[in-house]
Amino acid sequence: MLQLENISVHYGVIPALKGLSLEVKEGEIVALIGANGAGKSTTLKTISGLKRPTSGSIKFKGQDISRMNADGIVRLGISQVPEGRGVFPNLTVIENLMLGTYVRKDKQNFEKDLENVYNKFPRLKERKHQYGGTLSGGEQQMLAIGRSLMAAPKLLLLDEPSMGLAPIVVKEIFRTIKEINRTSGTTILLVEQNARMALAAADRAYVLETGKIVLEGTSASLRANPQVQGAYLGGKRDRHPAGTVETSA
Amino acid sequence: MFWQQLVNGLTAGSMYALIALGYTMVYGILKIINFAHGDIFMVGAFLGLIIIKQFHLGFVPAFLLSMVIVAIIGIIIEKIAYRPLRKSTKLAPLLSALGVSIFLVNFAQLVWGTEVRSFPPSLQIDTFQVGSVTLSNIQIYALLISFALMLALHFFVHKTKMGVAMRATSHSINHARLMGINVDNIISLTFGIGSALAAAAGILIGLYYDAVYPVMGYTAGLKAFTAAVLGGIGSIPGAMLGGLLLGVVENLGAAYISMGYRDAIAFGLLIIILLLKPTGLLGKNIQQKV
Repeated sequence: MLQLENISVHYGVIPALKGLSLEVKEGEIVALIGANGAGKSTTLKTISGLKRPTSGSIKFKGQDISRMNADGIVRLGISQVPEGRGVFPNLTVIENLMLGTYVRKDKQNFEKDLENVYNKFPRLKERKHQYGGTLSGGEQQMLAIGRSLMAAPKLLLLDEPSMGLAPIVVKEIFRTIKEINRTSGTTILLVEQNARMALAAADRAYVLETGKIVLEGTSASLRANPQVQGAYLGGKRDRHPAGTVETSA
Repeated sequence: MFWQQLVNGLTAGSMYALIALGYTMVYGILKIINFAHGDIFMVGAFLGLIIIKQFHLGFVPAFLLSMVIVAIIGIIIEKIAYRPLRKSTKLAPLLSALGVSIFLVNFAQLVWGTEVRSFPPSLQIDTFQVGSVTLSNIQIYALLISFALMLALHFFVHKTKMGVAMRATSHSINHARLMGINVDNIISLTFGIGSALAAAAGILIGLYYDAVYPVMGYTAGLKAFTAAVLGGIGSIPGAMLGGLLLGVVENLGAAYISMGYRDAIAFGLLIIILLLKPTGLLGKNIQQKV
């Protein structure tokens, strides 16, 4: 469904991605994990058209989208939940959700889709007339995901859905992500620093280090990989304070 | 005298508000000050006058036609003078705006002459008395039309898809693009609406003072910009409030203190409000994004 081939991206002269290739097949959940600054967000921004690659190609359903504008890419059925959620604080919850349908032609489904999102996230229904900026972090993440669902995307890009959220909220968000994939068959590419959650949810994953893919495989194989365990699943002491005992990998 | 000055102040203030909306809407999205906006207002006044005088159209069609033409001019100005500079420093579009301003004034002087022009006498001023207040029909038109336009704008921004997209774009251009919003179209629309409102104010002020001249945009533009900053630049209700407040305060000040201090009072008010509330009356605190 989505193929990135040999993608390089620069910020000024500084390279952020150095010949990255990855593939997402229809119906899959694919995770892109890696440390802060590895280029995960840049990868998503390049797919969604916010950032232009300096070389390489991005194909979505066989069509090259690497030179397309962001709004055109949304129209093809790729919706991104940006890093930091990208909720519009000056719009109400319902206005935020409405913007999700901005590119859709089939307006008659609006009420039904809205009900669908409210069923997934009942909190949003309670707060539908509140401004986006008044929501908690978890509610904003729900709103951002709900808004993307309103676009009825074929491919959903999620940038750090766990960022800054309490563990219990993270679990709820990931449960919903899996449910979206299972019930509506939406293909998902998610970027995460929380490798444990990401590998638990994804079918396959890529490990990104300083702009390059260094490992790839099924989630199960990566979880079993000692390198991944050491670097991303709690082996690093700075991510888990001394005394923390890891019971499972 | 108080009620008379209040009505006069509201009339002037509603004009300031119409012009201030253009400054604030453009700033809200692009974070630039369109210093040519006062001159767009002047072009609107001239076009209204020319259409009435030379094409013998009535006030209403002339008014609407001028708004439409000026909207198109505003869109073209953005495309030529600001769009190519969107990725450059903030100073570049500012200088470009000053260039457009000088161009428009010189264009008007070349084409329409430098003298003060007046509207044809067919648009008679009728005055009538309500209690102690003397009102002119033009004052009433000006008030009614400007309030109707402001209501229409409020409705557009809150109740239509494009309006919601415009507010989204004013918060974050990139996040708006991720919604599939064509940000270039929204920016064109913003310039179009802002310019049309300025044209409306231009014709109404031209009628009210019965004077249309090439540099009329200078003071009006500066006052309207003050109104926009006073209300909180970037905020649409702020521009409306700032305009009305500025008009009322400077008229009351001129009446009770001294006519000569009219402008000093207007800009003094700006200084006081900015000292007390640097973001303006309805402006939001702008958080630095990390």
